[in-house]
Amino acid sequence: MHNPQLNAQGQLQHLLSIEGLPKRILTDILDTAENFVGVAEREVKKVPLLRGKTVCNIFFENSTRTRTTFEIAAKRLSADVLNLNVSTSSQSKGETILDTVNNLIAMHADMFVVRHQQSGAAHFIAQHVPPHISVINAGDGRHAHPTQGLLDVFTIRKYKPEMHNLRVAIVGDVLHSRVARSEIHALTTLGVPEIRVIAPRTLLPTDVEKLGVQVFHNMEEGLKDVDVVMMLRLQNERMSGALLPSSQEFFQTFGLTPERLALARPDAIVMHPGPMNRGVEIDSAVADGKQSVILPQVTYGIAVRMAVMAILGGGNAA
Amino acid sequence: MDVHSTPPLMTLPDPEQLLEHLYAQIKPRIQENTALVGIYTGGVWLMERLLKRLQTELGHDILFGKLDAAMYRDDYAQRGLKTSAHPAYIPFDVNGKHIILIDDIFYTGRTTRAVMNELFDYGRPASVQLAALINRGGAQLPIRPDMVGADLPLQAHQSFDLAMNTLGRLSLSISESASPAKSGADDHA
Repeated sequence: MHNPQLNAQGQLQHLLSIEGLPKRILTDILDTAENFVGVAEREVKKVPLLRGKTVCNIFFENSTRTRTTFEIAAKRLSADVLNLNVSTSSQSKGETILDTVNNLIAMHADMFVVRHQQSGAAHFIAQHVPPHISVINAGDGRHAHPTQGLLDVFTIRKYKPEMHNLRVAIVGDVLHSRVARSEIHALTTLGVPEIRVIAPRTLLPTDVEKLGVQVFHNMEEGLKDVDVVMMLRLQNERMSGALLPSSQEFFQTFGLTPERLALARPDAIVMHPGPMNRGVEIDSAVADGKQSVILPQVTYGIAVRMAVMAILGGGNAA
Repeated sequence: MDVHSTPPLMTLPDPEQLLEHLYAQIKPRIQENTALVGIYTGGVWLMERLLKRLQTELGHDILFGKLDAAMYRDDYAQRGLKTSAHPAYIPFDVNGKHIILIDDIFYTGRTTRAVMNELFDYGRPASVQLAALINRGGAQLPIRPDMVGADLPLQAHQSFDLAMNTLGRLSLSISESASPAKSGADDHA
């Protein structure tokens, strides 16, 4: 089957989801990101790779943080950046998306970073752009958020380079989380042998085991001896119906407290994609504790997004 | 571009002797504020060899760094980003330093330009000089090495390959490409 993310030479053309990407592409992105980590520490925090290119952040769904990190990444690559927060109130959404995209193509945009509340939106746009334009999915519905998944595995690799020897737990609202899905695909592709998800039954997708994970409904069991704890945000804005009694009760059962973290390996790292709900999924003592790598995740996120844009923005004659 | 008339079977010099020759030129230029910066991959090997000997003979530490300049190359739009790039390593303040760049094979000058652009994003050096083990001719920019181990003109479809064995000993060979190198090809072919 043709993978819409790869060109005829098997090189990355769009980044839409981690699912279906070969290990060599993931490794390339992570290795390239290593080179970009140091850029922010120099006198001139810029490299000239995307000089003269225009990157459009098209956000059909609001997300200040994700937009900001893509914007910084593009600017550190010397690109010009255009931010569009597109209203979604239009009656025929499909037409609106294409009209928006066609207008931006007419303005000679070179790269689109797309965020949409509906799964598949970035794929849809990628199918309609001419071949010199690349599309990056910055989150679509419950489907995927590939750069978040990549920055998470990049962070893990930084602290725990022996990926083939790790036990990783993903905790919380897996049902609504495109982040969790992207993380699971990335970890699996890179050879992490044991991935656990810990969540109440109501916040797990059906057939989650098919993704190759072990399911736990109890924090005390699930956290035992893990090397990495990846917390997910409780997505209040995506909740429909009574999936949870209350956020307080969620914290009592699934919140990451210092006592629960003590069940993991002593050198375990704690991650969170942000924004955090302190006192809902994570205790402040853990979020600010010495095992937390939540802020390094943000820093590495810029380097990973720079790597993705730099790989997509270059020629491919080599 | 100039045309070289190279005999088909060139007797290749021992790169260890060329390094010796380069060392003799670099040593008197070392000042208190000098930093050696190797250009990946071969230039880093040479820099490390030179550094070790200079520090021993001069009896003091010398600043050093390593650059790849993959993010500054002028062929990115054609060839994309090199996947085997190395992270830059410049652990000192570049401002006011006398920098000696060290490369293995000098060819078009495009790598040197890219490296200088990257270097200046770290600060404003007092001076920049270039040392190359071999100048193979064929510069496409107004850039030439200040110190060379040897001038060995090579035809466009040929390239020098510098190798280092596990004992750290250097060896040199020539490889031929089927089609002549295009304008703007890699310095290292």
